[in-house]
This record gives sequence, structure tokens and C-alpha cells, in this order.
Amino acid sequence: MNLQTTICNIKFKNPIIAASGTFGFGEEFNKLYDVSCLGGISSKGLTLHPKEGNEGIRVYETPSGMMNSVGLQNPGIEAFIKEGIANMRKFDTVLIANMGGHSMEDYVTGAKMLSDADIDMLELNISCPNVKSGGMAFGLKADVASEVVRAVREVCHKPLIVKLSPNAENIVDMAKACEAAGADALSLVNTFQAMAIDIHKRKAVFNNVYAGLSGAAIKPIALRMVHSVCKAVNVPVIGIGGIATAQDVLEFTMAGAAAVQIGTANFSNPLICKDILSDLEQLCQRENIHSLDEIRGII
Amino acid sequence: MNYFESNVISNKQLTDDIFVLEVERKDATAAAGQFFMLKCWDNELTLMRPISIFKAEADTLHFMYRVIGKGTQRLSQLHKGDKLQLLGALGTGYPIQQVHGRIALVGGGLGIPPLCQTAKELAAHGAEVVAHIGYRDKLFALEDFKPYCKDVLFSIEKGEIGYHGFVTDLLKPEQFDAVFTCGPEIMMRKVAAMCAEKGVACWCSMENRMACGIGACLGCSIKTTEGMKRCCKDGPVFRAETLFQ
Ligand SMILES: Cc1cc2nc3c(=O)[nH]c(=O)nc-3n(C[C@H](O)[C@H](O)[C@H](O)COP(=O)(O)OP(=O)(O)OC[C@H]3O[C@@H](n4cnc5c(N)ncnc54)[C@H](O)[C@@H]3O)c2cc1C
Ligand SMILES: Cc1cc2nc3c(=O)[nH]c(=O)nc-3n(C[C@H](O)[C@H](O)[C@H](O)COP(=O)(O)O)c2cc1C
Ligand code: FES
Repeated sequence: MNLQTTICNIKFKNPIIAASGTFGFGEEFNKLYDVSCLGGISSKGLTLHPKEGNEGIRVYETPSGMMNSVGLQNPGIEAFIKEGIANMRKFDTVLIANMGGHSMEDYVTGAKMLSDADIDMLELNISCPNVKSGGMAFGLKADVASEVVRAVREVCHKPLIVKLSPNAENIVDMAKACEAAGADALSLVNTFQAMAIDIHKRKAVFNNVYAGLSGAAIKPIALRMVHSVCKAVNVPVIGIGGIATAQDVLEFTMAGAAAVQIGTANFSNPLICKDILSDLEQLCQRENIHSLDEIRGII
Repeated sequence: MNYFESNVISNKQLTDDIFVLEVERKDATAAAGQFFMLKCWDNELTLMRPISIFKAEADTLHFMYRVIGKGTQRLSQLHKGDKLQLLGALGTGYPIQQVHGRIALVGGGLGIPPLCQTAKELAAHGAEVVAHIGYRDKLFALEDFKPYCKDVLFSIEKGEIGYHGFVTDLLKPEQFDAVFTCGPEIMMRKVAAMCAEKGVACWCSMENRMACGIGACLGCSIKTTEGMKRCCKDGPVFRAETLFQ
């Protein structure tokens, strides 16, 4: 069966993409299976300058999911361009550079550097806190987000995916604003802002108090958001959030997604992306689906 | 490193909350100080659980664990013939090949089991091993050390026999060429400080919450003098002076 899909003129072997921050730069998982079987890999979130990330507990299991507060630990865009890209290029798969930022200037400078480097697509993570507005994330208000997207669009000549935060005031308005500001594609969702408390210590589990929730627990909400965004925009949408089975992939496709990203499920089973791929072909056969185009957005 | 399914050979209860799980090794590699991520559930829990190698035999792997929450509770319910998934061996263990002469092992609590495989590999490498083991109230794994050690010293905080006090009271670092420690951070800090004072090389095995276990998610990073390091990949064993100053 042909699972190939094209997003912004970039050909993906199949719609399975490893989600940013859960897959490093692909190297570790490649020791367990050939990651060239994947449609794409979204890199660990990069920032202009290297970041050490957050102190304290960074990952915490919750019912049907987990919370994380890694804090974008990464080697910085320059180091990624010098070494990271060549390593990722060993894999025959679409290379998506995921980028975060804490100021407008960071985003623009970083995007310019990455866009000139050997990447296939840029995925803009707008869930990061803006240091200039008291740490409020760029991805909450549509006008703030569209300002970032417009500025990045101007310097970016690679296909630009904007990754939306589910914490946005209104996800559909946000999607439309990013589309209007020049996004070539949208990916959603990033993690949900959440909280955990250690009752013995009488303290929040995370030093930052709030952290991002991901995994199976968020899937139904992510699916709803992907569905309503797909109805409202014309650019391709990549579905993310709790995807762990081939059935989940078909659900997101029926909701309108052009492709999907797998995050937390990689931790429950490190071979999950590969397993989903082989299950997907079988499931499509059973369901009499010859191409994902037949079912995309039918709901 | 491999992700594979294996069969339980036995799962024995040692104390009210400590168990030893023996599973078929399949083709897994295993070295002292390394660990595996384990799971015996499908969707009930999201993450696999890191457990150190207690003993690696030709055909089997042994894990000694304390039941503290949902995951270890589920492990404790495994029976002979049950299946479980393993990912490993993971991480960077103790530098067995780099050390020579007299080696002290200092373990406390559930830091004791990984030192057993360490004693075995050190002995095979020709080192003279002295184990220093700190218990809270019940003895376990003591006999497992004896075949590989010149001497096994132990302390117990609350109990009838043995030295009452801290295991660090028993350690004389100046008598050793290197010290390997694993256990509560407060104990390892003390061991590291004692070794630093006498100029004896010391390695510590660190613990942190883990998601991927293979170095991809940066959920387990710890601050060292050489920058952020992944406990699961660059560690869990680190040179003491890179950890505590
Ligand atoms: C490298 C390494 C080796 C280990 N070796 C052993 C061993 O040989 N024997 C043993 O008994 N224990 C060992 N531990 C600790 C063991 O991983 C935890 O006790 C176990 O994960 C608890 O799971 P739970 O579901 O029972 O507890 P819960 O508290 O319900 O677990 C919730 C989450 O927190 C994590 N977590 C809780 N406590 C710890 C901890 N102390 N360290 C790391 N993660 C934790 C769990 O993995 C899980 O993701 C080791 C930990 C690490 C990092
Ligand atoms: C440990 C961890 C680290 C993450 N790091 C990033 C990141 O650096 N950049 C980003 O855009 N998203 C990051 N994410 C979000 C995921 O890419 C994904 O959007 C989210 O987890 C929801 O998908 P899931 O339920 O399949 O995990 C991270 C998620 C996790 C669990
Ligand atoms: S647990 Fe993922 S990097 Fe260590």
C-alpha cells in the first residue's frame, strides 16, 4: 500500500513523523531500528543559544500520560548546523528542524540561520515563554503569534510549519492567524499546561510549578482541535497528541490531518513508530482503505 | 542495547518489600552498573521503569527491586512464565577495566544490588574487592557478595546484629586504589568527600527520573562540572568530582 504523502511539496514516505523533544536527533532510536523507515523526524527543540534546561524533576508520569519540564535543553542552532544536521542526514527521512525562542529577535535570527542550512522544513514552536512579556507564551494570543510568524516568514525560505499550543485562547483563531501570517503548514498540539503536587513535600513537583502534559490522556482533545483547525484552514495540518496506535493515525487522518507526529508513545515502546507503520498497512487493508487520501478529512 | 520480550524464571520475595526477579537474558549485553528499562504492562502505565543489573549470568538476568509505587508493585506480581519487556543494557557503568588493586564498594539501600554484579566483574578482572554495605533495618544480598569479595563489612541503622551506624563509618578510603559507590545521594556525597580528602578515585551511580532511558529525551539530565549529562546514557556512573564539589 502506498502511504506516501506530500506536505508543502516535500515528499514523506509515510505520514509517521517522530515528535520534537521525544526523539533527540534520531541517533539513539536508530540504534534500535532503522529510523529511515519514518516519514520524518522533528529535531529536539533548538534555540539560538545553547540551553541547559530546567532544574529539578523534568519528567513525571501521570495517569495515561506524562508531564515534562525539560526546558528546551539543546546545543544551540550553531552547533546543530555544524554537527547535528550531518548526523541527521545519515537517515533517509524528512529533516524537520524544530525551533523555539524567548524573544522576537531570537526567533528571527535562528530562523534565518536554519533556513540557510541543509534542513527540509522548519517547525516553529511558539509555546515558549516570551521573556519580554513576563514569560507569557507567544502561542496564547493570536496577534502575538502572528507577529512572530510574519517576522520568521520573511527570513525563512524553507517550508514553514507553525506548531500550535493547545493553551491558545482560541485554537481556531490562532490557526487562522498563523495561516494568514504566512505559515505553510500547521502542527498541533504541543503539550497542555498542567500541574502536579507532591503532598509529602507540600510542594509542586516541578520547579516551574506548571509543566506540559502529553500522552494518551490528551488524545481526544488533540483530535478535536485538529478536526476544528482542519475545517478552518487551507494549509496542511500535522496531527499530534497521544498517538500510539495505527487506529489513532486513521482517526487523525479522518479528522483531516496530512500526517501525524508520535511523541510520548516512543517512551512506552521504543519501537512504536515502526510498529505503527506495519500495523497501519494491515489496518488499512482490513478497513478496505487503499490510500489515506480516501479518508482524509471525511469527518 | 535491545528492546525485547523475555520470560520470567522466578520472582522471589526477600523482605516485606524487596524482590528478586530472574528473567531469560536472550542476547542482551550487560555490564556492571548498567540498567534496563522494564515493563510488564500495556497501557496502564506510560513509562518503563529503570532497574539495575543485580546479577548477569550466561542465560539469565537478575534484578533486585523495592516495591515503592505502581510499577514496582506490578513487577512484584509477576510469576514464572509471565512475559515482560526489557530495554537494555543501558547506560555507562563502572570502569572495571580502568581500575586495579584494592577496590572498595560502598552501597546503601537499593544501591546495594548493582554493586553485586560490580564485585563479580572486578573479581574476574583480578581486583581485590572489599564491600561496605549499609542497611536500614533488614539484611539482604549479603551472601551474594561473599564469593567475589575479600571482605564484606556491613552496618545496620536499626537491627540486632552488626555495626550500628552509617556505612561510611566503616570505610577507610586510603586503603584502596578506587572506590565505587551507589545509594542515597547523601551517602555518596559523604563517600566522595572522604575519597577526595585522601586523593582516592571515586565513582558514583546516580538516579533520576527517566522517560526514554536511551539518551533522547533529556528528561534525566544532571548538572556536572562538564555540563549537563544524561543520567541514562552518559551515566548513571560518573566520576565523583564531576558531580559534587
Ligand atoms: C539507573 C537507575 C537504576 C535503578 N536501579 C534500581 C534497582 O536496582 N532496584 C530498585 O529497587 N530501584 C532502582 N531504581 C529506582 C527505580 O527505578 C524506582 O524505584 C522505580 O522506577 C519506581 O517505580 P514505581 O512505579 O514503583 O514508583 P512510582 O513512584 O509510582 O513511579 C512514578 C514514576 O517515577 C519514577 N521514579 C520513582 N522513583 C524513582 C527513583 N528513585 N529513581 C528513578 N525514577 C523513579 C518511576 O520510574 C516512574 O516513572 C533505579 C533507578 C535508576 C534511575
Ligand atoms: C519530554 C518531551 C520533550 C518535548 N520537547 C519539545 C520540544 O523541544 N519542542 C516542541 O515543539 N515540542 C516538544 N514536546 C512536545 C511534543 O513534541 C508533542 O507535541 C507533545 O508531547 C504531544 O504529543 P504526544 O502526546 O504524542 O507526546 C516535548 C514533549 C515531551 C514529552
Ligand atoms: S531518560 Fe531520556 S535522556 Fe535519559
